[in-house]
Amino acid sequence: MGKSFYGVELPNPLMLGTAQYPSPAILEEAFRASGAGVATVSLRREGAGGAGQTFWQMIADLGVHVLPNTAGCHTVKEAVTTAHMAREVFDTKWIKLELIGHTDSLQPDVFQLVEAARILSEDGFEVFPYTTEDLIVGERLLEAGCEVLMPWGAPIGSGRGLNNIYALRAMRAEFPDVPLVVDAGIGLPSHAAAAMELGFDAVLLNTAVAKAGDPVAMAKAMMAAVEAGQMACDADPIEARDMAEASTPVIGKAFLS
Amino acid sequence: MKIVLNGEAREVAATDLAGLLGECGFSGRVATSLNEGFVPAGLRAAQTLADGDRVEVVAPMQGG
Repeated sequence: MGKSFYGVELPNPLMLGTAQYPSPAILEEAFRASGAGVATVSLRREGAGGAGQTFWQMIADLGVHVLPNTAGCHTVKEAVTTAHMAREVFDTKWIKLELIGHTDSLQPDVFQLVEAARILSEDGFEVFPYTTEDLIVGERLLEAGCEVLMPWGAPIGSGRGLNNIYALRAMRAEFPDVPLVVDAGIGLPSHAAAAMELGFDAVLLNTAVAKAGDPVAMAKAMMAAVEAGQMACDADPIEARDMAEASTPVIGKAFLS
Repeated sequence: MKIVLNGEAREVAATDLAGLLGECGFSGRVATSLNEGFVPAGLRAAQTLADGDRVEVVAPMQGG
């Protein structure tokens, strides 16, 4: 079983984004069909028609845990202000803290991330930091008050999977008791399963489902993958080896040559 | 007075933030900022507006 996230036990290890679906109905069905227990959301300027209220009602009706993000924020001040607005609007202490440092890769600015994480943690937020796989940064985030780490698998929306399995495995080994989530870069269920097989506690993805030809089917496939990966991890997989090792017993083989 | 609301220049009659939300038809779950600083819902009525103020009104949206 996965670890709890700030005291919350999740029903399964899939956190699903809510952006880029072909329609609100398909978004809703993707959640219902997959059973994902966490929905990431954002804050944007409200239009005259009140589009945000309709969206909020749909998310509220799903009955999932809501994880608001600070997507698109490039400074500590911007991210902290966004977090405060999100806490009021969504009525949750959870915040997916994103501090973007690089335009093309959307790589986190980990220096500002640590600073914002400290400010928000001291203010009572429960921070889910979107970070890199750097161990020292992870340590600093924990010191800043984070109780969850969310390293990227690959750049947001890239669908490349796990770019640095070695580093993710090292992170799992370094922080055995910290809930770890691979956030971003997942393209296929096999990527999501691989993250869980490494011992991660959850996978957060959006584009791979929302932009699939059939988002509902892909959401179900992702859920099957993370659950299979988690079961496999719990089952203590064998070590890979270079040479063959016969699985059928040699003893008792008839002498026929 | 003239303010900038969600990036657009507006002429408004309201003199405080709560009044502005009512005048511009915002309701439900929104959060507000004034000149890039968060203003909690409970403080909107006491938050007076001045010419040139920049107000942001945000609401729940899709996100990843």
